[in-house]
Amino acid sequence: MKTKKIGSIILFIITMLIYIVIYYVNKQLFFHSLRYFSHIFLKLFYILLIVFFFIFITNLFLKPKTIIKYLGRGSGIRGWIISLVAGIISMGSIYLWYPMLSDLREKGMSEGLIAVFLYSRAVKIPILPVMIYYFGWAFVVLMTFFMVLFSIFLGIIMDRSSVL
Amino acid sequence: MEKNKVIGAAKKTFFSFLEMLPLLLSILLLVSLFITAVPKSLYAKIFTKNAALDSVIGAILGSVSAGQPVTSYIIGGELLKAGISLIAVTSFILSWVTVGLIQLPAECYYLGKKFCFLRNFLSFIFAIVISLFVVFCLRII
Repeated sequence: MKTKKIGSIILFIITMLIYIVIYYVNKQLFFHSLRYFSHIFLKLFYILLIVFFFIFITNLFLKPKTIIKYLGRGSGIRGWIISLVAGIISMGSIYLWYPMLSDLREKGMSEGLIAVFLYSRAVKIPILPVMIYYFGWAFVVLMTFFMVLFSIFLGIIMDRSSVL
Repeated sequence: MEKNKVIGAAKKTFFSFLEMLPLLLSILLLVSLFITAVPKSLYAKIFTKNAALDSVIGAILGSVSAGQPVTSYIIGGELLKAGISLIAVTSFILSWVTVGLIQLPAECYYLGKKFCFLRNFLSFIFAIVISLFVVFCLRII
């Protein structure tokens, strides 16, 4: 865990160095990037609060035994449905959910169901109208169907590979 | 409920937040730089108009891109108007959400290298396979 922490700090330092170089090379790009960064950071902030509220709740109430029952390897069809629905309704960027998934895995969630959650996030209900506008109904229905189907395939493969 | 249990859970949550902060800031800064530095018009120039090759190019472009999924729909819609095949556009918008090269350090950090490489690799292949299926089914309908 300690080397992981160091890794994330090294990445942060590298990012800072990249920004320092860009400041000297292209000031306009530097300020545009920072403006964009502040814009997405503020937008993500409330989602971050929700994510960490969930983590708090899982830390408080969910025992590894419960997680294994509902999201473990032997959770059956119920586990697949929970992960699928949770992935579809989860909001915000994918990386906001990594800490919670890592936490749930430590408590017993199977790798296959984590993969299902991450893949089914491709189904974005709030922006479906935009997709319909650009690509039409038939396309959206087919895409949604295949995305759900392949998220289950992915889960099965990930589960098998985690045993190896 | 015992007070200690609540404080313990709150502490644990706060520390996971602190732990996430450098990684989150790095990823957001890199994503911001990428989105600002790469003009949207660049996407159309990369395609070859060969459907099979374009589906792979679409998946690669989607994998290295980052940002709101709605942006991928808008770029995809514009690419379609520019004459790029639907297979290419489909694999592009799919891999935009399911494969994340920029997020790779964060995913490896939290979920392990084996998990994150295999998941992203399979999602990349699936983006191409699904795009073929979707377009094939649309032709039949």
